[in-house]
Amino acid sequence: MLRYLLSRLLTFVPTFFGVTLISFAFIRVLPGDPIIVMAGERGLSEERYQELVRQYGFDKSVFQQYVDYLGGVLQGDLGASFVTKKPVWDEFFSLFPATLELSICAMIFAVALGIPAGVIAAVNRGKLPDRLFMSSALVGYSMPIFWWALLLIILFSGMLGWTPVSGRMSLMYFFEPVTGFMLIDSLLSGQEGAFRSAVSHLILPTIVLGTIPLAVIARQTRSAMLEVLGEDYIRTARAKGLSPARVNGVHALRNALIPVVTVIGLMVGTLLAGAILTETIFSWPGIGKWMVDSIFRRDYPVVQGGLLLIASMVMIVNLTVDVLYGLINPKIRRR
Amino acid sequence: MTATAPAQTPANGVERPGRFKEFYHYFSENRGAVFGLWIFAGFVFVAAFAPWLAPYDPAEQFRDFTLIPPAWQEGGNWAFPLGTDPLGRDMLSRLLTGARYSFFVGVVVVTVSATGGIIIGLISAFAPKWLDAIIMRVMDIILAFPSLLLALVLVAILGPSLTNAMIAIAIVAQPHYVRLTRASALGELQKDYVTSARVVGAGLPRLMFLTVLPNCLAPIIVQAALSFSTAILDAAALGFLGMGAQPPTPEWGTMLAEAREFILRAWWVVTFPGLAILITVLSINLMGDGLRDALDPKLKRS
Repeated sequence: MLRYLLSRLLTFVPTFFGVTLISFAFIRVLPGDPIIVMAGERGLSEERYQELVRQYGFDKSVFQQYVDYLGGVLQGDLGASFVTKKPVWDEFFSLFPATLELSICAMIFAVALGIPAGVIAAVNRGKLPDRLFMSSALVGYSMPIFWWALLLIILFSGMLGWTPVSGRMSLMYFFEPVTGFMLIDSLLSGQEGAFRSAVSHLILPTIVLGTIPLAVIARQTRSAMLEVLGEDYIRTARAKGLSPARVNGVHALRNALIPVVTVIGLMVGTLLAGAILTETIFSWPGIGKWMVDSIFRRDYPVVQGGLLLIASMVMIVNLTVDVLYGLINPKIRRR
Repeated sequence: MTATAPAQTPANGVERPGRFKEFYHYFSENRGAVFGLWIFAGFVFVAAFAPWLAPYDPAEQFRDFTLIPPAWQEGGNWAFPLGTDPLGRDMLSRLLTGARYSFFVGVVVVTVSATGGIIIGLISAFAPKWLDAIIMRVMDIILAFPSLLLALVLVAILGPSLTNAMIAIAIVAQPHYVRLTRASALGELQKDYVTSARVVGAGLPRLMFLTVLPNCLAPIIVQAALSFSTAILDAAALGFLGMGAQPPTPEWGTMLAEAREFILRAWWVVTFPGLAILITVLSINLMGDGLRDALDPKLKRS
C-alpha cells in the first residue's frame, strides 16, 4: 500500500510543475502588453512604464521569470490582481466559500435524487420507472445547463415570482461573514428572514449545477446495481427470506456504491466547469464568475493564479479518490 | 476495452460478410438509438440544406416585425412561424442555419482530436517507457484543468471566434482519446497475433496502424460520439459566454447570449435555440448508447 501511495504521489509532482508551467506560459502568450492593459485608458509615461516593467520583472529572461514565479508559488505568493490590487490568494479564499457552498448543495441534490432513482430503475429493470428515470437522466446528461438556467428563471422567477434572479442574499440583510457560507451565517446573524432569503437564492443555482451530476449518478448507480444484483450473495440473501427492501437497499447498494462514490469524487472538474456557467448566469460571487470576469478584464495575475489553484484542487481531489479507491480495492494497487 | 476478440478478425484481412448487418442488428435492439439516429439524420439534412430550407436570410432584419411571437400565439404571424428576435430576424431561418455551425463544430473537433489522440496514444503505447511517461504526464496536466475553463482561457489567448473555439475544444478533448487508445493498444500488444505480425517482420507503422489499431477502434468510436455532443455543448457554452462565434452569427449559443436580456419578455427567443441544442445533443447521446451496446459486448449486459 505504501508503495502504491508513493508511486501515486510521484506522478503528482511532475504534473503539478507542468500545471505551474502552463499557467505561467498563458500570461506570457496572451495578446497585448499586460502593463498597458493595467494602465487602462489613462495611459502611462515612459518612465512609469519602465518602472512597472522592472517591478513585475518583465525585463528579466523568461526562464528567470518562471523561476521567480515558481519560488513565489511555493511560498504561497500568487501575485496581486491588476484591478483590485489585492493578493490573488486572498481573493480566491474570500470567494471560494460561495462556490463551495453551491457545489456542496448541488452534490447533495444530485446524490439525494440520483442514488434512489438509480436503485429504483435497476430493481425495476425494463419496466416503466426504469424507462422514465433513464430517459430523464439522458435528457439531463445532454442538457445545455446555461439554457436550463434561463428556463428555470423564466418559470420560477418570471412567471411564478418565487425565487430571486441573482446574487446570494437579499440586499435587505447585512451581516459580517463568519464562515463564508450564507446558509450558516444567515442563521448566526439571527435576523429574521435572512435564512429564508439565503435558501431562496440557492435553489435555482443548486438545481442547475446539480443536473448533470444527478444524471451521471443515476446512470452509474443503475449499472452498478445491475451488476451487483446478478451476484450469488444477493441470491443467497433473497433465499434467506430477507425483505426485498433489505436486499436491494442494504446488501446490494452497499457494494454498488463503490464505483458510484468514485464517480462522485471525480466530478470536481465537472462541477467547477459547471460553476463557471452557473455563477455567471446567477451573478453568484464565486470562483467561476471571478475567473470569467478576470479573463474578460485581462487581469492576468488572477487568471494565472486561479488556473493554478483550480487545477491543483482538481488534482488533489483526484489523487485522494485514487488512493481511497486503492485502499478499498486491492486489485488496483498491483498495476 | 478488449471487446473485439481477435478470432473475429479473419487472418487474411478480408471483411467477414455481414459485419455491418451484425452491427446494425445489435444497434437496432436499442430503440432509443434508432430514434436518435433518425433525429441525427434530420439534423445532418438540415445542416446540409439550410440555405434552401430557410425561408429568409438569417441576417435579414425585418424592422417592422421585431419580437413577433410564434405563429400559434396571439400576435403571431405565419410569415414567421417561430417568431422573430429583437432585431426582427426570422427565428426559424436562424435556427436552421445554426445547425450548420454546430454540425461543423462537431465534425471538426472530433476529426482533429481523434486523429491527434489516436496517433499520440499509439505512439505512447509503442514508445519506450520514458517517452510514454512524458506523454501521459502531459495528458494528466491538460486533464487537471476543468475543460470549459481551459477552453475559455485558450480562446482568450487566441481571440474569440468560432474557429478558435473549435481549436480550444479539440485540444481539451484530445487527452481522452490518447488515454483510451493507449489503454486498448497496450491490451492488444500482449496478444499472440501482434507477436506473430512482429515475427513475420511487419514494420512499426504497419504494426501500429494496420495490426493493432483496427482492434482498438470500438471504444474510440463510442468516445467519438460522446465528444461530438460535448463539442457542440462546449461550443455553445463558449458562444453563450461571448467567447465563441460572434454575433450576428446564428450559432445557437451565441443566439442565447443575445437573447438573455429578453428572457422575461419574449420566451421564444430563449427557448428555441436551447431546445435545438438539447435535441441535437440528446440524439447523439442516444446513438452513442446504441453504439456502445453494439460495439462493446462486454458492456452490453450491464
